[in-house]
Amino acid sequence: MVQNDTMISVSKVDKFYDDFQALTDVSLTVKQGERVVICGPSGSGKSTLIRCFNGLEFHNAGTIVIDGIEVEEGSKGLRRLRQEVGMVFQQFNLFPHLTILENLTIGPMKVQKISRAEAEKRARTYLERVHIPEQADKYPAQLSGGQQQRVAIARSLCMQTRIMLFDEPTSALDPEMINEVLDVMVELASTGITMVCVTHEMGFARKVADTMVFMEAGRIVETAPPEKFFTNPESERCKMFLSQILDH
Amino acid sequence: MAARAPNGAKKFRAFMNSVPVSVALYLLVIGMIIWSAYSGAQSMGYNWQWYRMPQYFYTLTDDGFQWGEIMIGLVKTIQLSVTAFFFATVLGLLVALLRLSGLVIGTAVAVAFLEFVRNMPILVLLYLFYYVLGPVFKLDRYTASVMCLAVFHAALISEIFRAGINAVPKGQWEGATSIGMSKGQAYRYIVLPQSVKFMLPPMTGEVVHLIKSSAIVSVIAVAELTTIGRNLISDTYMSFEIWFTIAAVYMVVTLALSIGVSRLEKKYAVQT
Ligand SMILES: Nc1ncnc2c1ncn2[C@@H]1O[C@H](COP(=O)(O)OP(=O)(O)OP(=O)(O)O)[C@@H](O)[C@H]1O
Ligand SMILES: [Mg+2]
Repeated sequence: MVQNDTMISVSKVDKFYDDFQALTDVSLTVKQGERVVICGPSGSGKSTLIRCFNGLEFHNAGTIVIDGIEVEEGSKGLRRLRQEVGMVFQQFNLFPHLTILENLTIGPMKVQKISRAEAEKRARTYLERVHIPEQADKYPAQLSGGQQQRVAIARSLCMQTRIMLFDEPTSALDPEMINEVLDVMVELASTGITMVCVTHEMGFARKVADTMVFMEAGRIVETAPPEKFFTNPESERCKMFLSQILDH
Repeated sequence: MAARAPNGAKKFRAFMNSVPVSVALYLLVIGMIIWSAYSGAQSMGYNWQWYRMPQYFYTLTDDGFQWGEIMIGLVKTIQLSVTAFFFATVLGLLVALLRLSGLVIGTAVAVAFLEFVRNMPILVLLYLFYYVLGPVFKLDRYTASVMCLAVFHAALISEIFRAGINAVPKGQWEGATSIGMSKGQAYRYIVLPQSVKFMLPPMTGEVVHLIKSSAIVSVIAVAELTTIGRNLISDTYMSFEIWFTIAAVYMVVTLALSIGVSRLEKKYAVQT
């Protein structure tokens, strides 16, 4: 039985890219409002896992159920699911031919079919929320990386998502812009939205994570609350990884 | 000496590229071509009658202003080209989408179409439409011509679409998909608008190509610029003047088009 407040339920998932197995027997449960931070070495399957949550990739075995909707290639629920699950990418993926405001309104207008006026009102609310209301009429290329990433967060929020996925949202940014994005994410965490973040920003993780997940070679090696995870991780690999990234 | 050679070559190139020298060389080459044509014609005893040409552009009589046959032919050529280009674009987009659909059958149909057209001389394609499909489907010569040109250029245009669509980064698809857009919406609102800038230059080339290949329909006597040229010659025997003129008219139209679009591109490039 899946409990009512379970938002993401991943069970025994395998994922292959041709012959290469990117995920092996991955199971994970995320409750409503829970904030999960996933870390692990490069190539360990972090991106692959969260991309399976909104059907950017599809798993080959096991089940993934998001907010009651099973993720399945070609299923009817998929587009409904994608509207509930926002995703923020390392490379922002803003639409360069649209203004910031249009970037935020196009989803609500075309996908959710709300009026332009309502979409713009919503867009301006979320631009406030990410602290760049004054950039509405510019194009993405005219903004700094940090600003673009905040627009990308707002774009997802405009779909009134219940879950936000972040795939290394700060790793393409210049160091001086990382904090402005993390600050927005911390504020977002306090709103009670369910968050799954792939990041190596351990300061952020300490601040907001309810659960830490460590992945290696396509498997979840360790799942623990942050107090335990940072002070006394069970696996050796996890200890080593932490010592490597925390030493800097 | 060895060290000075590249320097000398550079100086020579700079000299050749300077404006007065370039213009002089250009005029010299053009002049030689015209002179050889003239002297060739002269040696055949050709009787030049350029003074008779203007009436084929326009006439001013007591009845007022009237367009001449060449201008009427030009309008017909443009009409034919625009119509064919419209259908070629629609068909080309369809073929490109089929090819990109990821469906095996879609790709197969698209590739079969491309290979068929690519390996068929356009003249044979025209005969096919006019002499084979024409009687079967009751196509008049104009419709057959439009269809032939549309099909022929759809193949080339579909490749332009495909390249343009593939040039849009994958992240754009992911961005669109992640906010719940369907594949169709992603194409329409996100990908196609961005591929326009990749497609504009080759598309212009394709329009120019189409205008030129539209001359082929003169073989089934569809009224257009080249057909008019042939008719005028059989009436007047001024083949040199008329072919030079027709060639110039094609060139003016296609050059104007290319220059117009490259202006447009520059304007677009500044905006985004
Ligand atoms: N589209 C793909 N085709 C083939 N192999 C892929 C594809 N995407 C990822 N992989 C492989 O799957 C493995 C996991 O990749 P993934 O991107 O999920 O790792 P990651 O943990 O996000 O790493 P990073 O920290 O570098 O982003 C890697 O070995 C990668 O090479
Ligand atoms: Mg990754």
